[in-house]
Amino acid sequence: MKKFAALITAIDATTRTNEKTDALVRYLEEASDADKLWCVALLSGNRPKRPVKTALLREWAASEAGIPLWLFEESYYVAGDLAETVALVLPPPEREDDASLTERMETLEGLRKKSDEEKEAAIRHIWRGANKAERFVFNKLMTGGFRIGVSTKLMTRALARHLGEDENAVAHRLMGNWDPRTANFQSLLADPDPDEDLSRPYPFYLAYPAEGGTEQLGPVEEWQFEYKWDGIRGQLIFRKGAVFLWSRGEELITERFPDIAVPALNLPRDAVIDGEILAYKDGSPLTFNHLQKRIGRKKPGKKILDDSPAVLMAYDLLEESGKDLRDMPLDERRRRLEALIAEAETDALKISPLLRPATPDEAGRLRAESRAAMAEGLMIKRRSGTYKIGRKKGEWWKWKTDPMTIDAVLIYAMRGHGRRANLFSDYTFAVWDGAELVPVAKAYSGLTDREMQETDRFVKQHTIERFGPVRSVKPELVFEIGFEGIAPSTRHKSGIALRFPRMLRQRTDKKPEDADTLENVRKLLEEFQ
Amino acid sequence: MALIEFTEKGLYCPPADLYIDPWRPVRRALITHAHADHSRWGMGVYAAHRHSIPVMRHRLGSIEAVGVDYGEKLRVNGVDVSFHPAGHIPGSAQIRLKFGKEIWVISGDYKLEDDGLAEPFAPVKCTHFVTESTFGLPIYRWQPQHEVMSDLNGWWAANRDYGLCSLVLTYALGKAQRILSSIDAGIGEVFVHGAVHQTNLALEHAGYSFPHARYLTSEIDKSRLRGALVLAPPSALGSPWVNRLKPYRTASASGWMALRGNRRRRNADRGFVLSDHADWESLNSAVEATGAEHIFVTHGYSDVFSDWLRAKGLRADTVKTAFEGESAEMKPARNGENDSE
Ligand SMILES: [Zn+2]
Ligand SMILES: [Zn+2]
Repeated sequence: MKKFAALITAIDATTRTNEKTDALVRYLEEASDADKLWCVALLSGNRPKRPVKTALLREWAASEAGIPLWLFEESYYVAGDLAETVALVLPPPEREDDASLTERMETLEGLRKKSDEEKEAAIRHIWRGANKAERFVFNKLMTGGFRIGVSTKLMTRALARHLGEDENAVAHRLMGNWDPRTANFQSLLADPDPDEDLSRPYPFYLAYPAEGGTEQLGPVEEWQFEYKWDGIRGQLIFRKGAVFLWSRGEELITERFPDIAVPALNLPRDAVIDGEILAYKDGSPLTFNHLQKRIGRKKPGKKILDDSPAVLMAYDLLEESGKDLRDMPLDERRRRLEALIAEAETDALKISPLLRPATPDEAGRLRAESRAAMAEGLMIKRRSGTYKIGRKKGEWWKWKTDPMTIDAVLIYAMRGHGRRANLFSDYTFAVWDGAELVPVAKAYSGLTDREMQETDRFVKQHTIERFGPVRSVKPELVFEIGFEGIAPSTRHKSGIALRFPRMLRQRTDKKPEDADTLENVRKLLEEFQ
Repeated sequence: MALIEFTEKGLYCPPADLYIDPWRPVRRALITHAHADHSRWGMGVYAAHRHSIPVMRHRLGSIEAVGVDYGEKLRVNGVDVSFHPAGHIPGSAQIRLKFGKEIWVISGDYKLEDDGLAEPFAPVKCTHFVTESTFGLPIYRWQPQHEVMSDLNGWWAANRDYGLCSLVLTYALGKAQRILSSIDAGIGEVFVHGAVHQTNLALEHAGYSFPHARYLTSEIDKSRLRGALVLAPPSALGSPWVNRLKPYRTASASGWMALRGNRRRRNADRGFVLSDHADWESLNSAVEATGAEHIFVTHGYSDVFSDWLRAKGLRADTVKTAFEGESAEMKPARNGENDSE
């Protein structure tokens, strides 16, 4: 545990990718196989089930520190992270224990079956034998995943260096369903059997935002244009008679979408298809709202399947009859995909149509009109390009439509978490309903650090009331809020929910009374429902 | 009539007609220390510990100022006034005022750990104690200075081995000199930015000396900077001045680096937790040592800290001041002269 905590501290202490990778390789060289597996699993976001309620952890930590719970809570508002707050308030350690990462993980696993009293005793015992860094890591293991700036790519690079192997091969082996408790480092990563896991997906290739439009791309003939669909990215795998559907979050969602998975059994041969899962009815995609309902349903019933049926809008073919196609040019993959989908003869697998603009201007017009086709812009892919891993600049671009916007007034602010702990960085915005301001959106992104510090200062100087971490502030600042979609909502007082709201800029030219009205916002809702 | 009133211009002592660390121009001001938020422009006469005077003159120009020694007894209209070590930075003082049975101590900024540079903090018994609360939460617990310095030395030595310059961003008054007097100068050469150099010169007038610090002028050959340690105010990072240090690594040294969120938000490669303010334990023991019947909590987490003191059964109140508490600490200093961290 000491070595793993030191690794986390080292990764956390630097912003440089090379130094992070070096630290990770050094750890892998020294750790046991079991610890290595846990390290890879934990840093890839594969976290154990919570062994104890966080409310109890807070109580135990406060009592261990000899402070009242309210003071612990105040500290938590400021630190913004529970695991860190606990590590910081605890008194200095009494001993120096030396347990391995695997042993600690086993302890945590065993705790789940214990009574609260036994849990408390075990956890306090571990706290007393650990330094600040170890406590932080241990608490993180109990409360949730690590977010310490280790991307999958960095993890893969370090593992590849440690194993002396190719990064792509390592990346592929890391995907899919494996469990650090049952997997074996040697067979998973060092010399894997290719047949072992039929469900194993390929890493997704992600597009870069084309902020400057298509100008810099060169001749339009070299590019393939499609709509950018507003659904969730999915990878459909059909191997040896079995179907698997993965989401981009590397989650297996086959059972949630029987209306895609069952018809996929019609595929004429083994294949891995990349596409977008959409709610789709009567020849057109439905709003994201419909899909949202589907995502939440583990086993969808008949009614929801009828109201919000799903399809896979296919746009790439990564594997066919057991052969990896990713090194073929897009044109060739597309040709094979079209043939495959045609042969499958099912409405559940659609092919994302090609748009064929003759000029950059025409591409611009297609983008501007894409909302009418229920899309959120264009995807632009180099026709000669291969299928790469992760977000790479140059061959796949997403060119989104301009967001919808409203001008709204800042009325509440809350302290942020992680990087923004101690800063009021999460804001609630309101529009006018008669003489009253009603909240319509929460946003915490879009401002630069400097702008955020200025807003933070404003909040602190213009606080009206405090409710725990939240402050109500004098309604004075107006912000332009951009968002991607709008839907009716019974959970919000305004009756409206915005999708992906973010701050585009502060409207210093506007007074609070110039902000939008709820009526304006309702008009947008009617337009884009 | 209370011995001390909290007014729009600052803390005021009516019987003596004196202000303590006022933030608007007044006739007579007692100054706890030379940081910009405590020692402001425009007072008729300043009285401060004699080590503070050269720095105040450097920053405020030609002011009328009286230098006082720790423990020296002054009497103003029947009020006994004396200055006592606060341990915050060179010359920093707690100011004690006694009138009849009432004794007030205005502690300014303080820390309890002996940093080897400032005269160490001395507890002063009183009936009314005014305390800061910059780090008044139990999440702030400092490591001993020698441990922090050994981390900093390790970082510097590692950079030196890679042929890199080590740039530490820190306040020009206090923290910079504290680092200068406790780093391991055997590792390499040490240079300082103009803002630090000017402050060093002022402190040399007060009898301090910084033998390792060399002023980084344009004549210094670039090759000497490889492997060197350079101290500069945070604002230097955004200026062209920094270009000649390339290739370099940066570190920031402040109490705020105790929080991971702040470490990640900083503009530096590394964060060292080094503060000139009292941590949680120190604030509590300082308050206790005064034996005061009434505590007034100023800049920082003043609401929470006074709630905590009340929960412990003490009489405590929050006082609003213009000392830059919570909000000021997070923003980068404009000119390296700002107080706090
Ligand atoms: Zn101060
Ligand atoms: Zn100060």
